[in-house]
Order: sequence, then structure tokens, then C-alpha cells
Amino acid sequence: MVRKLIVAAVLASAPVITLAAGGGGHVEKANVDISNEASLQRGAKYFVNYCLGCHSAKYVRYNRLAMDLGLTEEQLVENLMFTGERPFDTMDNAIPDVDSSNWFGRTPPDLSLTARARGSDWVYSFLKSFYLDPSKATGSNNLVLQGASMPHVLWELQGVQKAVFRTETGPNGDPHEVFSHFEIVQPGLMNPEEFDGVASDLTAFLTYISEPVQLERQSLGIKVILFLVVFFLFAFLFKKELWKDVR
Amino acid sequence: MSTSQHEAAKLANPGGGGFSRWFNKRFPLDKMLREHITEYYASKNLNWWFVFGSLALVVLILQIVTGIFLTMNYKPSAEEAFASVEYIMRDVEWGWLIRYMHSTGASMFFVVVYIHMFRGLMYGSYKSPRELIWIFGMFIYLALAAEAFFGYLLPWGQMSYWGAQVIVSLFGAIPVVGESLVEWIRGDYFISDITLNRFFALHVIALPLVLVGLVAVHIIALHEVGSNNPDGIEIKEKKGPDGVPLDGIPFHPYHTAKDLVAFVAFAIVFAAIVFFAPEMGGYFLEHANFEAADPLKTPEHIAPVWYFTPFYAILRAVPDKLGGVILMGSAMILLFFLPWLDRSPVRSVRYRGWMFKLALAVFVVSFIVLGFLGTQPATGAYTIMARIFTVLYFAFFLLMPIYTKLEKTKPVPERVTYHG
Repeated sequence: MVRKLIVAAVLASAPVITLAAGGGGHVEKANVDISNEASLQRGAKYFVNYCLGCHSAKYVRYNRLAMDLGLTEEQLVENLMFTGERPFDTMDNAIPDVDSSNWFGRTPPDLSLTARARGSDWVYSFLKSFYLDPSKATGSNNLVLQGASMPHVLWELQGVQKAVFRTETGPNGDPHEVFSHFEIVQPGLMNPEEFDGVASDLTAFLTYISEPVQLERQSLGIKVILFLVVFFLFAFLFKKELWKDVR
Repeated sequence: MSTSQHEAAKLANPGGGGFSRWFNKRFPLDKMLREHITEYYASKNLNWWFVFGSLALVVLILQIVTGIFLTMNYKPSAEEAFASVEYIMRDVEWGWLIRYMHSTGASMFFVVVYIHMFRGLMYGSYKSPRELIWIFGMFIYLALAAEAFFGYLLPWGQMSYWGAQVIVSLFGAIPVVGESLVEWIRGDYFISDITLNRFFALHVIALPLVLVGLVAVHIIALHEVGSNNPDGIEIKEKKGPDGVPLDGIPFHPYHTAKDLVAFVAFAIVFAAIVFFAPEMGGYFLEHANFEAADPLKTPEHIAPVWYFTPFYAILRAVPDKLGGVILMGSAMILLFFLPWLDRSPVRSVRYRGWMFKLALAVFVVSFIVLGFLGTQPATGAYTIMARIFTVLYFAFFLLMPIYTKLEKTKPVPERVTYHG
């Protein structure tokens, strides 16, 4: 009975798990390392070049990037700021909301917190999962976010890929299509490993901007906990000494 | 004044010299410290289950202090609330630490209070003459739940918004006045800027005042009748010639020293969460709440924060909305009646029979399982499980007069004992 209940519970929750992933359920592990400064710097470069045109990161200040990513203000202005902002400005997009909403059907969402709301794995998989879909106005679709209104912005790096589906029979005997793999149709400037690196750097950057303090809080946490452990020892010994005659 | 005269004066006024004497003649500071701290006698065999009351007080203070600092930068408007929280997280000096301490504190408050209440169940701390302590405590719990609910709207994320939407709409199930009542609570036809403003007022002023007042009343009642102990016996019945309970030791320095140890241990756990897992895997800070509230976009799965999920599971276990609301309300209200539902002659679980022990175990398991189910979508087998455990949850209370009367209890010792 118990086993039946557990099986039923797992089956019942299965459709929800795929829904929560936002469609295809094709989510890869991102394995980002936000302590890797070089990766964050590359991610920042890709971000301002490929994303910031349409997407804002309106809670992120440029000078905070410089501080956290080990850049001087000069390097910051030269490499990451192209439209005359001042270093203490937040990262705003170039496109007016009204236009983007008209052109794409919706305003591109702010990306400050996307990695925190959706998870790094989701971001990484999303970046890698654009595929050819002639039925769409942008010519492409995304396996992770079906019907995404965003075009495949990184196509010149990744190239163009198509998604290969295979037919499977469901538990009730109904045939349905399941994603099998991607096939490169037209190669881009990078080979797949190099492009994985781009996706990974971008994901690391988005993960970092979703909570900039995560770079510091753990090292501070170790110090706080070490102090508390010592404090605990003294508190414990004090209590023991005080209580030794109580019984 | 000669030396001997000075000493005589000192003996007559243990409060000390000039200022202290002047002060204590006008305000009973020394008297209060004696009554509540240095000459408040609590049993010497209190175990570690008994530290959670003072831990709850520490968390309350922490929430008030961090709350004050958050309020200095938070903006209670639908336009600015979400952005102001991110401003606190990114631009305010140490803002992230204050915010994480406050959000972790909210969840840890419930952890501590739930354990504190479980201690009460285990050792019969609600039984005569401590009924009022228990009832004041239950009011604290309800006020805390309201405080947490109002506070959860303030970050103005998707879960803040839709969680409030779901919970406020529950009042709509009340016949006749329901819909108008919901409108009155929100102050609008939907959760809006107006709702956010009033929830802010309730969260930062009204409920903290209520909470602090209730905590004072809870402690005054406790110090009037005295603390319970793991044996559930009255230490006041065995007093020495000096009028001090034989098994009692002063709250300060003994129990304060012990509470300090517990506090530091708690602080280690607390710091581990704040610095290493502030989201606690989405249980303390829900992932969906990092997306700003959007009244036009309903999330696929709305779940309240973990501390409400047992009651949420009970609500959803009933197919009828009004029935669910009534059952959920009863699940909380029933706790108030524990002192009269329990007919056992003994307080502590140590001297009760197998029936109470089994019932308590079933109750704890039901509460935890319902808590888990409340975080999950209510589908198929989960709904059936929620119904089974709802029945078990209520059985603990409704059958209590029977099993506590039926079972054979063990003899209670004269003086407190030590186990292990």
C-alpha cells in the first residue's frame, strides 16, 4: 500500500516537474564557478555585447562590476560601457520598452535576477537550446522556453542547429514526440565546446549579478562561524563550571 | 557619615548607594530584577528542550532590530517596493546582511516556536495551573502568523503577491459578508498599492506592538505560576526553610548561563543559513519571489512559505472552499483547548502511558507530512494523503479526552529526576 502510494505520488508529481522547467524539460547542469574572475569578465563582455541591447540589468551598477570583477575604471569604461553612461549608473538597455514590445510582442525582461528566479541551470540550458523553427516569426524556437519571443542572438557564435525528436510511446500507449538531440545545420564561428564556454561564462555572470554579495558572504560567514564556535566553547565551559555543584 | 554608619545604611538598602536608592524608591527596578531574574526559581533539571522560549525572545528582538534598519531603506509602494529591496541587497552598506538576517529570522522564529510548543505538548506545560500561559502563547502564535503573512507581501515578488491573493481570498468563502470582507481587507478590488501600504503599517507597527505586549503577558503569567519541568511536578510544593523551592535554582545566573550556550549554538546554525544558504533551497526565500509582482501573470504553482504549509494542506484537503477554511481555522483554534481536552492526571510524557506517546508521535508525523504536502501541488495521491493526515491531525485533539482518561499512567516522583 505504502509503495503504491509512493509510486502514485511520484507519477502524480512528474508532469509538474516538467512544467516547472518551462516546457521541454531539457535542462543541463551549468556547473558555473562564480569565483572564476576571468570567466565573469568574459561573461560581462558577452553580456554587454549580446544582451544589453534589449535586456536591462537595472539593479546592477557599472562601478560595482568593476569593483567585483577586478577592473579599473578605465578598463570598465573602455570594455563594458559604450553608450555614454557614467560609472555609477545602472545597466539600462538601449531599446525603449514601447518599441521592443511592438517588435517582439513583449518587453525583454530585466535580467538582474533571472538566474536567481529560474536557476543557473535554466539560464545555461536556455542559451544553448535555440533551434530552427520556420513556423516562428524569429525563425527559431527554444527547447527550454517554448515559444520564446527572443530570436537566437548568439547564432553567429553557435551556428544554427535543429532539434531532432523521436517518437515514444507513453504509458497509455499514445505516441508522443520526445527531444533526442541537436544537430548543427550551419556551423558558427565557434565549435560546440567553445560555445559551451560562452554559455557558461554568461551564466556565471548572470548568476553573479543576481546576488553580487555571494562573492563575499561565504568568506565572511566562515569568520563569523569560527568566532561563534570559540564563543560556544567558552559559554559551554562557563555553564559547566557554574552548574558543577547543582545536582 | 562614618564608615560604620555607611555600612549600616548599605545593609538597610541592598540596592546600594545614593543614586540607586533614589531610583529604586521611585521605580522598583531591584525588586523587578529579583522577582523575574535573580530570585525567579526554575527547576534544576530543565533539559535542552526548555531553552526555546528564551531563544524565541532573542529572535523577536533580532526581528525588531533588523526590521527597524530595513524600514530605513524600504519603500512601501507597488512601484518601488521590489526595487527598494534590491537596493537594500546591493547598494545599502550591510543591507544584504540585515535583509538575510530578517528573512532567516522569520523562518527561524517559526522553527523555534514550533519546538517550544512541542516541548509544551511533551511535558504537559499547558495543564493546570498554566492554562493562561498556553493561551497567551497561542495568541502569540496567531499574531506571529499574521505578522509573517503581512511581512511576506512587502518584497512585492510574485509569491508575495499571489500568496497574499490566495490567503486573502479565503475570507471570501465566508457566507454573505465574504466578498465585501475581502474588499475591505485589500482596500481595493485586487491586491494593490493600497493593500501593500496597509500591510506595511500592520507589519511594522500594529502587530509588533501586539506581539511585544503578548510576550510580556506570557512571561508575567509564567513567573506567577512558575516554570514547568521535564517531570511535570510542582517544585513550589517542596520548599526549604528559606522559602526557596528545594529543586529550584535562580534563573540568573544558572539558567541564563545555560540559555547563553543554547543561544550561541543557535547563532551558529543561524549564521550558517544567512551566509551559506539564505534561500534555504527555496524554503526560506522562494525562487519565484525574485521576480517582481505581476498582477497579470499567475504563477503555475502557488505555495505559501513552509511554516504555513501544514495548514494549507488541510485547507486543500477539503473539496469545498468554505469547509476547507473552517477546517483550517479549527486546526489552529483546537490548540487553544488543549488544557481542557487533556484529562490525564500527569503532565509529563515520562509518566504517561503508551496511548499518549503514540498519539503525540502520530500528531508530529502528521504535522510534518502535511507541511510537506502543502509545498506540493495537490494532485492525485497527494490529496488522498493530505486527507488521511488531516484526519490523524484532528484525531490527536478530538480523541484526547478519551485516551488520556483511559490510559494507565506511571506514579509521579516527589522530587525532580534526571534522565541521562
